[in-house]
Amino acid sequence: MAGTGEKKEEADYKRLHSFPLIRHTDMPEEMRVETMELCVTACEKFATNNESAAKMIKESMDKKFGSSWHVVIGEGFGFEVTHEVKNLLYMFFGGGLAVCVWKCS
Amino acid sequence: MAERCALVSQRCESVTSFVPFQDEEEGVDTGDGCDEWSSGKALVKPSDQLELTEAELKEEVTRILTANNPHAPQNIVRYSFKERSYMTTSVVDQMSVHFVLEGSLLHQDSDEARRLRAEGDLQKGQGLQPAAFSLLVFPQATPAEGGGEVDEEDRPDSVASKADMKEANVTNQFNFSERASQTLNNPLRQRSCQTEPPPRSTFGATANQWEIYDAYAEELQKQERNKEKQKAATSKKENEKSKKKTLLMETQNDDLTKMGEVAKILERMVTQNIFDDIAKDFKYFEDASDEFRDQKGTLLPLWKFQYDQAKGLSVTALCWNKKYQDLFAVGMGSYDFRQQGRGMLVFYSLKNSAFPEYIYPTDSGVLCLHIHEQHSYLVAVGFYDGCVAVYNLKNEGLEPMYESTAKTGKHTDPVWQVCWQNDDMDNNHNFYSVSSDGRVVSWTLVKNELVFTDIITLSLQGGFSEGPEAAQPLGIACGTSFDFHKHIDYLFLVGTEEGKMHKCSKTYSSQFLETYDAHSMAVDAIKWNHFHPKVFISCSSDWTVKIWDHTINTPMFTFDLNAAVGDVAWSPYSSTVFAAVTTDGTVHVFDLNVNKYEAICQQPVVAKKKTKLTHVEFNPIHPILIVGDDRGSVRSFKLSPNLRKKPKAHKNGADNITKVLPRLLHLNGLLCSCPRFGCSQPGGWVVS
Repeated sequence: MAGTGEKKEEADYKRLHSFPLIRHTDMPEEMRVETMELCVTACEKFATNNESAAKMIKESMDKKFGSSWHVVIGEGFGFEVTHEVKNLLYMFFGGGLAVCVWKCS
Repeated sequence: MAERCALVSQRCESVTSFVPFQDEEEGVDTGDGCDEWSSGKALVKPSDQLELTEAELKEEVTRILTANNPHAPQNIVRYSFKERSYMTTSVVDQMSVHFVLEGSLLHQDSDEARRLRAEGDLQKGQGLQPAAFSLLVFPQATPAEGGGEVDEEDRPDSVASKADMKEANVTNQFNFSERASQTLNNPLRQRSCQTEPPPRSTFGATANQWEIYDAYAEELQKQERNKEKQKAATSKKENEKSKKKTLLMETQNDDLTKMGEVAKILERMVTQNIFDDIAKDFKYFEDASDEFRDQKGTLLPLWKFQYDQAKGLSVTALCWNKKYQDLFAVGMGSYDFRQQGRGMLVFYSLKNSAFPEYIYPTDSGVLCLHIHEQHSYLVAVGFYDGCVAVYNLKNEGLEPMYESTAKTGKHTDPVWQVCWQNDDMDNNHNFYSVSSDGRVVSWTLVKNELVFTDIITLSLQGGFSEGPEAAQPLGIACGTSFDFHKHIDYLFLVGTEEGKMHKCSKTYSSQFLETYDAHSMAVDAIKWNHFHPKVFISCSSDWTVKIWDHTINTPMFTFDLNAAVGDVAWSPYSSTVFAAVTTDGTVHVFDLNVNKYEAICQQPVVAKKKTKLTHVEFNPIHPILIVGDDRGSVRSFKLSPNLRKKPKAHKNGADNITKVLPRLLHLNGLLCSCPRFGCSQPGGWVVS
């Protein structure tokens, strides 16, 4: 009983927490919205393969906003990066996925 | 070689008679060929053939044909230094040239051929073919004369063929000249620039499952809280908005008021800068020529105060503020019965002559005003329509603090004078007003309203309120001015339009204490002397100014000023100095101590003669005078030293009374020495 309850809760929270939540960003409004939507699209498209999703995001960002972008997608990592000011987005998505996108040449 | 040919031809005679050609030049080969072919043919004998026997004919002669040149020497010997002997050279050149023919054929791809082709094209186009041939001959001028004709025959063929083809123009080496030029190349310069790299910063975080979970949970909580707030705050939204608006307005007002203060200071600075010389005159100028003027004085014009909104209005009242001695109030209205319109209450400061400090527009013309002596922000005003009002200068708005209405006993006729009194027993402020409807009314400021009390009703018949019924309305006199005694509280004087003056008491509402037949026309101003308790002055439109002792029925001094006198005022520094203004634009200043009959200063002060001066007031502390005229402007003048003579103080005198005493004594002396019948008479006066 408790187990199923817990599982339900997990499923619930996964559902509830699947909306894209921006944790930290210093991008201007338009850029932020665009990038966030791009990340969501990529993660949904390549739900099983983080690398492909990251690749898609990185290439699109390079095209749109210039080189050179870096993307990390994962569930458990720590990072410390140097990024160009006003070109960083760190967000959560899909309940357990963290996406970090930054630009630095 | 010719011998060989001959031998061959001899041999061939037996066999080769059928030979069609007999040319000597042909080579040996052709001769042999002939031999073999024509061996079986019939023989023809030439006439000069050798006669040989048959045996000799059958003799076979062997001929060996070798490649050896018979003419070439076979035994050339040369000396060889090596062997140190003569040695035969083995190798001898066996070639002998029989015939040389210079050919004219050119390889079509050679340079010369190309050149010729091009040349041929050119010449063909120009129609100079024969010349071409001659030209073409020159480059190949060789000694082969024999082949000359053949050469020419050959060449035309080749050239014609070449001319037929279209060739590129080949430069003629004789006519061709090369030109070249070098344009100026711009010098090269290196430029480099280093832009600042876009700013960078570092950022670090950890992405764990629990971090993500926590973040989401927090976000959800926030959203829930926002929803609750929104539900609760829907009703308050409008209030908040309106509050915000008012807040904004207030802040705006605050900003403006701050600016206002600053602007005010700035305006004063600028004005004082502009009128700097006037300010200096006001402070420091003393007319030195007064010494030579034999007791007479002058008025030095200082600032002129005008307000353009008040054009067309006359100055109807002037009053100095006791507390702020540079501030004075001007009441604007109209004396003209026919032209009654709006009015204005304007306050000027000497510090800023360009623009008033306070402006209060009124519906009806202001006829009189008085500033409270202790509370200098309270101003009592009387209007042409009979209303009285009290303005509070501290209030922000332009409305009076109190205003009398028809219900609250306002006068039915213009209010000619108002005067503040001491606070009554309840500590309420109160003031008096006198009007043409014959009433002297006391108004008390009780909380939010004005309470009136009729003090006295002026009647024509010496104070009786009762009279014949038919004459009762006629029996009311019109009060035009009044003044209260400085020290005796209940005593006051009222001047009427008929020219009579009444001494009244606040306590007696029906009776006058005394009546003076002062003037033949309306009494315009009546003023108690500041120092002497008995003396007062009155002026009228009948051109006279009279000085009275209130105990005596007749005036002590009478001055005829040749024009209707608008106003008269005692000076605050001397008991014997007073000023009067007339409608012909002249200010008269009298000093009874100096000259009892004439003014010591009679100065026209307005540019246009038609301007009438309406009011005059002395400043309490500064030696200046303000004069209002019927064009709405107020002029200020500085009194020259002769006009400011104060009586000498007693040597013992230290306190006020003793300072006042000498003045009193002076005036007393004057009074005592004047005859009882009030006419100014020349004579020997003893001036103490």
